[in-house]
Amino acid sequence: MAERIGVYICHCGSNIAGMVDVEEVALWVGTHLDGVVVSKDYKFMCSSLGQQMIEDDIKSEGLTRVVVAACSPHLHEATFRRACANAGLNPYLMQMTSIREHVSWVTSKRDQATVKAIAMISGAVERVKHQEPLQPNSVDVDPRTLVVGGGIAGLQAALELADAGHPVYLLEREPSIGGHMAQFDKTFPTLDCAACILTPKMSEVGQHEKIELLTYSELEEVTGSVGEFRVKIRKKARSVNEELCTGCGYCEEKCPRNVVDTEFEVGMGTRKAIFTPFPQAVPRIPVIDRENCIWFERGKCGACKKLCPTGAVDFDQRDEIVELKVGNIILATGYDTFDPRRMPQYGYGRLANVFTSLEFERMCNASGPTSGQIVMRDGKTRPQSIAIIHCVGSRDKNHNPYCSNVCCMSSLKFGHLAMEKTGASVSAFYIDLRPNFKDYEEFYKRLLEEGMDFVRGKVAEVTDAARLPGEEGKLIIQAEDTLLGKQRRIPVDMVVLMSALEPRPDAKEMGLKCGISCSMSGWFTERHPKLDPVATMTDGIFIAGACQGPKDIPASVVQGAAAAARVQGMITRGKVLIEPVVAAIHEEQCSGCRICNDLCPFNAIEFDGDKEVSRVVEALCKGCGTCVAACPAQAITGAHFSNQQIMAEIEGLLWDAKPAGPPVEAEERPVEG
Amino acid sequence: MIPVAQNNDFRDQVMVATPGGERLKSCIQCGTCGGSCPNGADMESTPRRLFALINAGERDQVLDSNTMWMCVSCYLCTSRCPQEIPITDIMYTLKRMSVAEGHAAGTDGAALARTFTSYVDRYGRSFEFGIASRFYLTQKPASLLRMGPLGLSMFTRGRMSLTPTRIRQVAQLRAIIDKAKELGGAS
Amino acid sequence: MKYAFYPGCSLESSSVAYDMSVKAVADKLQVEFTEVDDWNCCGATEYHTVDALAANAIIARNLALVGPDLDQLVAPCSACYLNLKKTDKLMVEHADIDDKVNQALAAGGLHYEAGRLKIRHLLDVLFDDVGEQAIRERVVQPLEGLRVAPYYGCQIVRPLNGFDDPEYPVKLDRMLGWLGAEVVDYPVKSHCCGGHMAQISEEQAFELIRRLLHSAAEYHADVVACLCPMCQLNLDAYQGRVNNFFNTRFELPVLFFTQLVGLALGIGTEELGFGKEIVAAEPILATRIGSTADAVPEA
Repeated sequence: MAERIGVYICHCGSNIAGMVDVEEVALWVGTHLDGVVVSKDYKFMCSSLGQQMIEDDIKSEGLTRVVVAACSPHLHEATFRRACANAGLNPYLMQMTSIREHVSWVTSKRDQATVKAIAMISGAVERVKHQEPLQPNSVDVDPRTLVVGGGIAGLQAALELADAGHPVYLLEREPSIGGHMAQFDKTFPTLDCAACILTPKMSEVGQHEKIELLTYSELEEVTGSVGEFRVKIRKKARSVNEELCTGCGYCEEKCPRNVVDTEFEVGMGTRKAIFTPFPQAVPRIPVIDRENCIWFERGKCGACKKLCPTGAVDFDQRDEIVELKVGNIILATGYDTFDPRRMPQYGYGRLANVFTSLEFERMCNASGPTSGQIVMRDGKTRPQSIAIIHCVGSRDKNHNPYCSNVCCMSSLKFGHLAMEKTGASVSAFYIDLRPNFKDYEEFYKRLLEEGMDFVRGKVAEVTDAARLPGEEGKLIIQAEDTLLGKQRRIPVDMVVLMSALEPRPDAKEMGLKCGISCSMSGWFTERHPKLDPVATMTDGIFIAGACQGPKDIPASVVQGAAAAARVQGMITRGKVLIEPVVAAIHEEQCSGCRICNDLCPFNAIEFDGDKEVSRVVEALCKGCGTCVAACPAQAITGAHFSNQQIMAEIEGLLWDAKPAGPPVEAEERPVEG
Repeated sequence: MIPVAQNNDFRDQVMVATPGGERLKSCIQCGTCGGSCPNGADMESTPRRLFALINAGERDQVLDSNTMWMCVSCYLCTSRCPQEIPITDIMYTLKRMSVAEGHAAGTDGAALARTFTSYVDRYGRSFEFGIASRFYLTQKPASLLRMGPLGLSMFTRGRMSLTPTRIRQVAQLRAIIDKAKELGGAS
Repeated sequence: MKYAFYPGCSLESSSVAYDMSVKAVADKLQVEFTEVDDWNCCGATEYHTVDALAANAIIARNLALVGPDLDQLVAPCSACYLNLKKTDKLMVEHADIDDKVNQALAAGGLHYEAGRLKIRHLLDVLFDDVGEQAIRERVVQPLEGLRVAPYYGCQIVRPLNGFDDPEYPVKLDRMLGWLGAEVVDYPVKSHCCGGHMAQISEEQAFELIRRLLHSAAEYHADVVACLCPMCQLNLDAYQGRVNNFFNTRFELPVLFFTQLVGLALGIGTEELGFGKEIVAAEPILATRIGSTADAVPEA
């Protein structure tokens, strides 16, 4: 039975019609192409009237195939497929051809454009004849969710899902949840105490019956696909039995070994070998740092074990691998900070009183290494003058090209805290000021009123080589005050470097585990930067918070909530439809060479060890065709992109090409003497 | 070609004459260069300000300024510039343009360059005694007296020859220089 | 180890001590330097001020003159090093510059294939190729007690990256440590000596020189070790004028690092060009490490 094909050519206003003679094309197609029973042109095919036209024609003309010549399928393939489905025609029996992006927008001559449009429609018509009806598969969505990262974004996501009644696993690498926010003193612009607003959330998460906390744990492996992921978690050995520990803290008190705390206190303070990172830690179960513990070094001490009232200390505890099944994964792994030793001109590490932003933050914190006192490295002298340097490692092609988003506001906050606590004079050295969210501009004005000084000029150098009077014994900021057009040297007691936010060092690795990629700057890649910032190109994997790009607390909370909402939507729907445009491996022809396994960009091919054949995991397959092309036995076919369909399209494109003649004889070449 | 908002032939000229010079358009006026420059405090305009002037098309003001002549080629600016603008090389371009368009007549910087290169053209080598004497005689004869003792101590220690060294193939060098000048590389 | 060697004009005049000590040290360390035959001046900073293409062309003449059997070109002078390396890089990265420069070279019957040579500074060769072990084991007269301030200047570390940190280089520091000297870590070791500023604007120049001498003196350096003729000239020859201008009393001998390397390797001071510096080094050397007039024989 011959197919009955309907062809619809869109004007797209003047976008197409301005260059392609659409009426002529419609006429030509209707009279010249085999199988075409309807050939129309219309102003806006994507409009409801346009779609209606297709639906009506399918019913009234008994169309068995539809071709729409219009814009790019990226925009309206779904629209026209839906129109077909509404009229009872399998949506995969529709083919779009882009005569806008591929013709009218890239050609400057009308006659050439028209000729090309005709060729492309001819190709689509020939192709569509060979298209098969396809049915999307559906997969049940497991209502459990894995949230990776217990910072503010992860906490928000976990709470929203849990409050909606869905089970959540919250995975956190450090011994306690809380993330970087737990290290802060105050938050801008409200100057809320960070711990005061964070710890209630931490507490809630810790006690929530729907949230299972997996702290001091790492994500080892992710397999499967949306709705049915299988994850392996490594619960690192705390050396403390979680069931027995009451969090009394006696072990920590009695531990004789002090260790420099390079994580939470960023090297400014100490902790014990058995420790909880900070007083409000959730869970309050300590961890033994085996590398610095006397027992693990030489078998002595063991005080914690002897003194623990519940006998919870377990030196023989081992890492445990836990396997979980979840329907969706939200990555909220946060950020790291730029090491300013990469910019020796700022003297960090050489000049004692140069601090990073996190170090300064810990100093401000009342439960920090200096009990909230802002003092020089000697631990007691109050600075009388402080310089804050913006953009250290940010907006810099030598380091990170992006703006780190939070530092301008953080600097204002530091200025306020410094002036309040010490009465010191504070000067901020900036390139641009970016207080760009609600109440942020007002915060800047407040700091101006409080007397904070601002110099527009990126600091060239921090030095202790005194040159002018008043510089002896000080740290000298050398910068051009660009608003004055003069180079200035400003002596201060203390320098604070607003270091860039950077992706976690293992972000790329983490991304690969989950099948998502990172941008050039190392942040996780979102599905669309404007319209879909929390989804990724891999269904079922979402990202939230700073791991997607530098951002502050409100923005992280929003993204955490957004990711949770997306997951909730999936859970509520209960099923997820998998696009049937996937590859299929024909087992009888598969030799088990496994070339396709590693080529697949989506990790969508499994190997069946028993049968020794490869198999496509349809839920992960995106139908890219790489394996189809690569298979040496041609054992793989791509649905909706079969060889037959593609060859037909080529034949259609070349409808007016001259037929091939006899092979041309190669010319006789003189033999080189 | 992306059109510039205004007709800025001057900036275009500077950019074309400097390898990598098109990055001048990317200057965010951060001031790192002006802050880093060892002579920045004594220039009429810091490098940053000079770039603002170039971006504004202020040809005369730029070519008349002393900024590029005070550049010591320390490359701190180039090394630190967050937009990777070849700042020192732009200074050389401006020096060349300044000389070529007659802005630098009589200045010490231009005179020193001219004197030095004339010896290289003639002998294939520099000749410190010759260069110094001619330069000081023509530009600042009073300084010659002050330089006398230094010259003497250098001479007595065998660190200054009174006669120039000439390479064997001066003609070859000359041919290369002439061809280069003919091909046009002045700016 | 064989290298083509580009001495540069200064080594034959103001910096003969550098030339002498390089030759003596290379001989002792069995490094073969073959001087580029009939090399011409690199143009310093002056030629680039007059004509860019001609400047690149005369530099490229030197590159073209290196024999085909050698692919490494070593320059002891930072300015020459930068000029040679920069011109080569420009030719590699910009086809139009490569084309024009080679056209100019062709007028002299020469050609240079961009990127053929690896252009190195002398310090780089001694540090990375000869290396710590080879130097340490040949030290017969450790410079113990001598406080040396390593002075890098600018053009060895900027703008071309890869050899050492552009802000805070350490390789000369380390090498001086291999010689047994007490290395002075002072903050301005890669700040500018002023280059040719002394001819153009004395006040500016003297201030830049003063800053360096002041810092080295503040950190109690006995001597300063340089790796560029211009730096050595500025810090040494103008030290007296700086003292007059600012009423300071610097008396800081400024030497080439190869002179110190040679001294530690037991080569006699005369052979190393000691005595050519204006601010005499002999007194402090005698005090710290004893008389060094005679060569110390190898053990």
